[in-house]
Amino acid sequence: MSSRPGSTRRGFAVIGQGARAQRRLFSVAVVGSLLYGALTVADAWVLGWATDEVITPAFEVDAVDVGDLAIVSLLFVGVAVGRALGVIARRLVGGIVYFRLMAEHRRAVTRQYLRLPMRWHQAHPTGQLLSNANADVEAAWAVMMPLPMAVGVLAMLVVAVVAMLTADIVLTVVGLVIFPLLFAINVGYQRILSPRVTLAQQLRAEVSAVAHESFDGAMVVKALGREVEETHRFQEQAVQLRDANVAAGRVRSVFDPVLEALPTIGVLLVIVVGVQRVLSGAAQPGDVVQVAFLFTVIAFPVRAIGWVLGELPRSVVGWDRVRAVLDADGSTTYGSGVVAGSGPVALEVRDLGYGYADGRPVLRDVQLSVDAGRTVALVGRTGSGKSTLTSLLVRLVDPDSGTVLLSGNDARQLTHASLADTIALVPQQTFLFDDTVRGNVALGAEVSDEDIWAALRTAQADQFVARLPLGLESQLGERGTTLSGGQRQRLALARALVRRPRLLVLDDATSAVDPEVEAAVLAGLREQSTSGGPTTLVVAYRKATIALADEVVFLDDGRIADRGTHVELAARSGPYRDIVDAYDQTRERADREAAARGTGTGTVGAGDKTDAPVPA
Amino acid sequence: MSGVAPSAAPRGTAVASGEDAGAWQTLRRGVQLSPSLRAGIGGTLALAVVSTVGGAVVPVVIQQTIDRGLTGGGRIDQSVVVRLVLASLLVVAVTTVAAYAMKVRLFVASENGLADLRVQAFRHVHDLPVLTQSSERRGALVSRVTSDIDQVSLFLQFGGIFFAVSIGQVIVATVIMAVYSWQLTAVVWVCFLPLVLALRSVTGRMTSAYGRVRRSVGEMLSVIAEPVVGASVVKAHAIEARTQDRVDAAIDANYRRQVEAQRLVAMTFASAGLAGGLASAGVVVVGVWLGVAGQLSIGTVIAFAFLVSLLVGPVQMATQVLTEAQNAVASWRRVIALLDTPADVADPGAAGTRLPDRPLDIAFAGVGFAYPGGPDVLRDVDITIAPGRRVAVVGETGSGKTTFAKLLTRLMDPGRGQVCVGGVDLRAVPFDSLRRRVVMVPQEGFLFDSTLADNLRYGQPAADDATLLAAISGLGVSEWFAGLPDGLATRVGQRGESLSAGERQLVALVRAALADPDLLVLDEATSAVDPQTETMIARALDGLLRGRTSVTVAHRMGTAEAADEVLVFADGALVERGPHGRLVAAGGVYARLHASWVAQSRLGQEAPA
Repeated sequence: MSSRPGSTRRGFAVIGQGARAQRRLFSVAVVGSLLYGALTVADAWVLGWATDEVITPAFEVDAVDVGDLAIVSLLFVGVAVGRALGVIARRLVGGIVYFRLMAEHRRAVTRQYLRLPMRWHQAHPTGQLLSNANADVEAAWAVMMPLPMAVGVLAMLVVAVVAMLTADIVLTVVGLVIFPLLFAINVGYQRILSPRVTLAQQLRAEVSAVAHESFDGAMVVKALGREVEETHRFQEQAVQLRDANVAAGRVRSVFDPVLEALPTIGVLLVIVVGVQRVLSGAAQPGDVVQVAFLFTVIAFPVRAIGWVLGELPRSVVGWDRVRAVLDADGSTTYGSGVVAGSGPVALEVRDLGYGYADGRPVLRDVQLSVDAGRTVALVGRTGSGKSTLTSLLVRLVDPDSGTVLLSGNDARQLTHASLADTIALVPQQTFLFDDTVRGNVALGAEVSDEDIWAALRTAQADQFVARLPLGLESQLGERGTTLSGGQRQRLALARALVRRPRLLVLDDATSAVDPEVEAAVLAGLREQSTSGGPTTLVVAYRKATIALADEVVFLDDGRIADRGTHVELAARSGPYRDIVDAYDQTRERADREAAARGTGTGTVGAGDKTDAPVPA
Repeated sequence: MSGVAPSAAPRGTAVASGEDAGAWQTLRRGVQLSPSLRAGIGGTLALAVVSTVGGAVVPVVIQQTIDRGLTGGGRIDQSVVVRLVLASLLVVAVTTVAAYAMKVRLFVASENGLADLRVQAFRHVHDLPVLTQSSERRGALVSRVTSDIDQVSLFLQFGGIFFAVSIGQVIVATVIMAVYSWQLTAVVWVCFLPLVLALRSVTGRMTSAYGRVRRSVGEMLSVIAEPVVGASVVKAHAIEARTQDRVDAAIDANYRRQVEAQRLVAMTFASAGLAGGLASAGVVVVGVWLGVAGQLSIGTVIAFAFLVSLLVGPVQMATQVLTEAQNAVASWRRVIALLDTPADVADPGAAGTRLPDRPLDIAFAGVGFAYPGGPDVLRDVDITIAPGRRVAVVGETGSGKTTFAKLLTRLMDPGRGQVCVGGVDLRAVPFDSLRRRVVMVPQEGFLFDSTLADNLRYGQPAADDATLLAAISGLGVSEWFAGLPDGLATRVGQRGESLSAGERQLVALVRAALADPDLLVLDEATSAVDPQTETMIARALDGLLRGRTSVTVAHRMGTAEAADEVLVFADGALVERGPHGRLVAAGGVYARLHASWVAQSRLGQEAPA
């Protein structure tokens, strides 16, 4: 990555972007760093000056001039204080620049996530979006951390050369050989190291992926006794990572000692040349001491330039990924209308058509009307377009053609708030927020406890919530209680009910709920709908769910194939019967086989000690 | 079947966080677990000692050059200086080579040791029973074989060795200083002393500051997931503003924590530099005084200024390195704690008794089970099941039926009593015999991110394509298979998510058929799949169960009805047993469960005609 031409140039463009965005603080950090750089050189100058003007004379005349020593002390301490302030400005303010850039871009990226339509979300893997907001933002701006230091070092080098020139021209030449060499080796170091580090980073991610997958599938691994094979698979990755780390380590092992030795060699050169210069009368001993000290104090900071150059490729990659999110276009635009009145709304779907991005049609020419307060079951095989239809109703996606009308109002003309107040969709997959039960049900709306409990009751979630240690205030999610799939679905249902929607859309929303509980949920919903509750559209497989409906709509291959009561459809539609009766057919066939085996082997009940029901 | 209180979720065998182990104890145990770390450690340390000498060369040469007459007005002998510099160059060359050799040895030894540790820890996770119980702990376990070990390796290779070399450098510098002048050495150390004394408390503050940063990162990441993972909920309920507020608050908290930690870092850095400045001033002032008194040479005074600069770097970095050290030790401790968590389901290995080569029967004798510190989830189970029987296990959530299945497959061992299969106590059966003859099909058909063929071979690694195809047609699911885009080469995606839940079930069943066990234990899937696939699954199940002893944890009425026998669990006990018909007639727990199932799958009387 680092060898790609233009990557360094583009890296500087990213840096420029960040520096402009945090202009004021970045300037403070750079000024601090310049102060630090200049005063580091000044430190060497003070030592050189003290050597010639204070220390040597004192030794020569064997007398102490208190005033001179006071000046030297003040200079040393003054330089140190100034440099400390510079360090604080550089490190603290420089850090703040970096942290602010990350925070701001995280906000910007998440704002995009909230703005961009579902279609965009569906086209991007979850893991990628999470890393865009986290790791990629960090990668893009990590370069800002050593940047002020690197700028300060550049200044320091310039000042150092000037300081050397004032000392002695020949010693300056030694510096002009060593410093560029130090710089070139640093650059070469980062060039050679950075692809190796990148590789190790990738391998680290792969090790982690294998561990994740293997632990997720632990049950299968155990059940089939595949521990040895899994360990082998992991070991292969671990060994690759080890080798990559060692390869990067070898590069470091060569360069780090060389970079440490080089300034020392420089000082030794300065001494040899310096002695010659002093003997020839061209330089003072203090000049030699100053230049030698300069080499000692500059050696380490110079590496900051290498760090910046090493970070650039990563920065470019990170920024490109963040940029892609920030530049993504499209959002759902809402109108300004509201659905007037209260109570259930009538739903009408006209000429609705929708297809995937690759052109495959999902829904074609769908016509559907549901009178206010009625309950309609949507039945169809997998892939017939049921879920798509439900997400079109709440405008998670918009149709390619056709309209959705709520009591005569075009859904596209409604405000987002009005649309959300009118319709509630309960999807099959439940997402819980890292929040309390109350937060997860109310979602920020002003709802009384009684209303929340009533919704939980209808959703058959009141009992398990009541048993949680803190009731409504119990924390859910990663750091809280873990709920079963069925419990999660019931909370999602309560979340919809508490908003008193005028149209309730259930997309197979009770699939993970125990049958007995599901029956109670359905009974509760039915009771609601007969007493002024919402118009309900329910995607269903189970007969009990279908039984809830006043009418059944049969969706086949993206079209409404038939509609009527269950009895009517069962009487006239073969495909409908196939779907609805599938469970019964399975059961009947199993019954027959069991009967056949039972009579065949004659083992039923033979010789078992607890054949009869054990009293509970 | 009311909701399960979360406390019913098994606590499992907790993997200790290991927070009680001391640092030295941790290091000792860590090195013991990764013997490669010790390989050639003596040589590496010797090289490290040699490599610290290089830094001391410059002050000594400076002192010599000056005292041999540089400042004395031309009395210096140039050839002496050249010889001195050449000797120094030799020293620098030797220390550079020593540093190179030391680093390479360190990288190789630490990477070898930690790769071994990683693999050991990975294997140990699979030997733990805990994984089968709790999904939320898996992330933490993954981090123990990844980031925790990375942390240790980074510390050993960077902070740790930097610290060791720095200490060497400080010692070398102090020794040279002491040889030159104990008075000036005292001056220098007095200037640095406050920092050294403050080290402990600053390190403590920095450790907790970085701890807060890490926690805030965790919180931020989980909130950032809301607009991504929960995008449809956020949009459907129009709660964008609320979500953005939560995200902004978490980002902001993280920002503030970072700045707090950075403030400490900047302060320690600045104060080390300040101490260096004070030391330089003190050296010149006291040095000149002592020099004039005839106790010191001029070269020594100037050499001290160079020696002081050798101390600044280590003191600047000390708090940071010590903070890293604490994190590294904590990480290492977590990995060790994982390895020290007993894998209580142990493989008896070759010493065990293999399962007999005949159809397998099952016998539970006085079996009970409780999770550590929890109530009994299963008690007093006495039952025998004859070979070749098809048994369904039913009961409400938390009744103990899943525990029964786990004990039967030795995913866990009973707390009391004995589970025998084929007349052998399961604890005595070697794993290779047990897993070949007894196979469990878990509820969720988990697949690995690979091809269909690879996933099927999980059941039988040696199977060729023809065998796989035969298994597919043997279970009567060729029709489904024909619909796959790339046949056996079809990629199933992460966790098999390119396939539907029902299709994953089918793959799991074919996989189990390939394993060809004598005893099959199935945990029936609860989630609804579409009716066509459901029919296919039922057909595959029939094929799979034929001719084997089978125990199915049943969630569907059809399964219980079709079984030879039904075991009914309630509150951790076996309460009813018998064929479906008899249990229904008996009007007990099963009859009630069955009635609600029936109501569920048939149109009720209130259905509109």
